[in-house]
Amino acid sequence: MATVTFDHLYKRYGDDVVAVNDLNLEIGDGEFICLVGPSGCGKTTALRCAAGLEDISDGQLLIGDRVVNNVAPKDRDIAMVFQSYALYPHMTVYDNLAFGLKLRKLKKDEIDRRVKEGAAILGLEKFLDRKPRALSGGQRQRVALGRAIVREPSVFLMDEPLSNLDAKLRVQTRAEIARLHQRLGTTTIYVTHDQVEAMTMGDRIAVMRDGLLQQIGSPQELYDHPLNLFVAGFIGSPSMNFATATADGKNLVLGGVKLELTGQQAKAADSRTDGANVLIGFRPEHIELANGQESDAVRFPAKVEVVEYLGNEELVHAQTEGNEIVALLPSDKKVVVGDNVQFAIPMEKLHIFDPDTEKALAG
Amino acid sequence: MTAASSPASTPVTGSGEQSRAPGHGFSWAALLFLGPAGLLLAVFIVFPAIYTAFLSFNRGRGGEFSEWVGLDNWIRLFTQDPNFLRIGFPPSGALWNNVLWIIFFVSFTVLFGLIIAVMATRVKYEAWVKGIVFLPQAIAATSLAIIWRFVYSPDPNTGLLNAVLGIANVGPLSVLGNPATVNWALIAVGIWGSVGFATVILSAAIKGISSEVLEAARVDGATEPQIFWRIIVPMVSLPISVVAVTLLVGVIKLFDLIFVMTTGGPGASSRVIAFSMYQEAFPSGQFGYGAAIAVVMLLLLVPVMIFNIRRFRAEAVQQ
Ligand SMILES: Nc1ncnc2c1ncn2[C@@H]1O[C@H](COP(=O)(O)OP(=O)(O)OP(=O)(O)O)[C@@H](O)[C@H]1O
Ligand SMILES: [Mg+2]
Repeated sequence: MATVTFDHLYKRYGDDVVAVNDLNLEIGDGEFICLVGPSGCGKTTALRCAAGLEDISDGQLLIGDRVVNNVAPKDRDIAMVFQSYALYPHMTVYDNLAFGLKLRKLKKDEIDRRVKEGAAILGLEKFLDRKPRALSGGQRQRVALGRAIVREPSVFLMDEPLSNLDAKLRVQTRAEIARLHQRLGTTTIYVTHDQVEAMTMGDRIAVMRDGLLQQIGSPQELYDHPLNLFVAGFIGSPSMNFATATADGKNLVLGGVKLELTGQQAKAADSRTDGANVLIGFRPEHIELANGQESDAVRFPAKVEVVEYLGNEELVHAQTEGNEIVALLPSDKKVVVGDNVQFAIPMEKLHIFDPDTEKALAG
Repeated sequence: MTAASSPASTPVTGSGEQSRAPGHGFSWAALLFLGPAGLLLAVFIVFPAIYTAFLSFNRGRGGEFSEWVGLDNWIRLFTQDPNFLRIGFPPSGALWNNVLWIIFFVSFTVLFGLIIAVMATRVKYEAWVKGIVFLPQAIAATSLAIIWRFVYSPDPNTGLLNAVLGIANVGPLSVLGNPATVNWALIAVGIWGSVGFATVILSAAIKGISSEVLEAARVDGATEPQIFWRIIVPMVSLPISVVAVTLLVGVIKLFDLIFVMTTGGPGASSRVIAFSMYQEAFPSGQFGYGAAIAVVMLLLLVPVMIFNIRRFRAEAVQQ
């Protein structure tokens, strides 16, 4: 077991590509951390720096308290699971699992014990004599995981290990990895571009964009208190609604509607000069149909345009003062297309962002 | 794929999804298309081969050309002709030399080809490296032989090798004039001339290996030599066997390089089978004896052909 520390880590390609830009990240012993972000944001590069497959341009990488910038991958005591599985096609499943152990000159019966045990954990016993070619995608995925766990490394690095699986298998394997982590307690860095995966699996989530770390925190922190517009829009599904409003004293004006604010939100509005634009954000699942009873909430009218029935809930697409808004409402509210409704959002669920810096002012 | 299990009327065509000439194993149209090619093969390959085999049991020289002499040629070839085969320690003769060629030329060409291919993928000037290594392929074998005769020349003014050795105060040596070194010197030229072929084919195969597999091995703890021997080589084993077989066939038929560089000398110490066949049949006019040597060559190629046919079958089954 070990901690992993990215200390002002940079990875540049040539002069103009900065794939990882000043990454600071302390990963605790036994922690499961998810690295998320859109395609090309530098997740894989950061992970490969940790694995030693990529030279570090600047800064330090520590595993435990050892600086490993110049340590070869094989001496870092890590195991990696690749997006393409990267199984050895000419070896049987058994040999795939045993390869790393043989190279470490473990005793034959020790190798056998670990391989059998790993295979048992992942339900691979039946396939030990097969070559990867003769396995399904999900089985190959498990072999790739197995190859990592039999090594009993101090850190697991996983690069989108589920992205080649179909939806159902992905959910299953997701649970399997979570179980595995509970059982082994190995420090894990898990790269994904799927925020649902990150939310469900990570002890903490690090959100990256264009090589820059945007925010790091528990799934709930990221959901409740996104530090900027990007994280707010990236985390949560369906994603947050945004609308432009203008500051007016301690309140905001959305189109022709005055939003009366209190607390932190009111302070944020107050900090802006009157008439200046701000962005407000609120999640579809936090929108309620106003009944006049809510004490601390903002209210605005909306006209329902489309209703998507999801069973228990409905996705309601509505128009408010020139903004498209999506609301997730219980189906029993019986909203119909063409209805004019009044939406309410609890005050503490209202996020306010500076449109220029994109930083959160409140929420 | 066994014919025994299928009814006699259905053609045995692998899976049999596409049925040609439904219901019949024989078709006149097929004969029409295959006939001309078959006839050409029969006239120019099958008949000469059979005639050669027949000739090897004949005197096949001046006077009674087609006098049946039974196994005389064969007995002489394997027991009384030290130029063809002298069993001893070390053995010598054309057949033995060819064995040396098969072992050392084929394995080192493949090995160097692999190493160069692996290294070329890691340098910036890959195309240049491969171009240079491939260059000898573009030179006619006879020109290549002449170039190397100059390189090996005992005169340090012409011979690059002795010029270099001269700097180290060694020599001058006559590598082609010494029975102990001549075969190795020739094999080295052969390797030089063919390594480009091996490099190009193998490098295409090596490029097909996903870089993540190599990285996985690196993370798993493999050193570069371990990656080479335990990942790369087994993963390109099929292309390696293709290259090796191609080289093997070439080496069993090897003639031009020997003819130009040493004419089999000094004495007969650098002869190979094809050279002996030529030497006995034409300059010496012993066609029966030469025919026996030709049959030896043919027999050496049979296992190679069987291997190839098996491989093609295996590939066809896999697809
Ligand atoms: N060898 C390279 N040379 C130049 N630029 C590179 C190289 N490798 C990666 N990059 C750039 O670095 C950035 C980060 O790439 P990276 O592979 O880390 O993205 P990612 O977050 O893993 O994306 P994805 O989700 O698509 O896998 C990209 O803009 C990419 O174009
Ligand atoms: Mg990636």
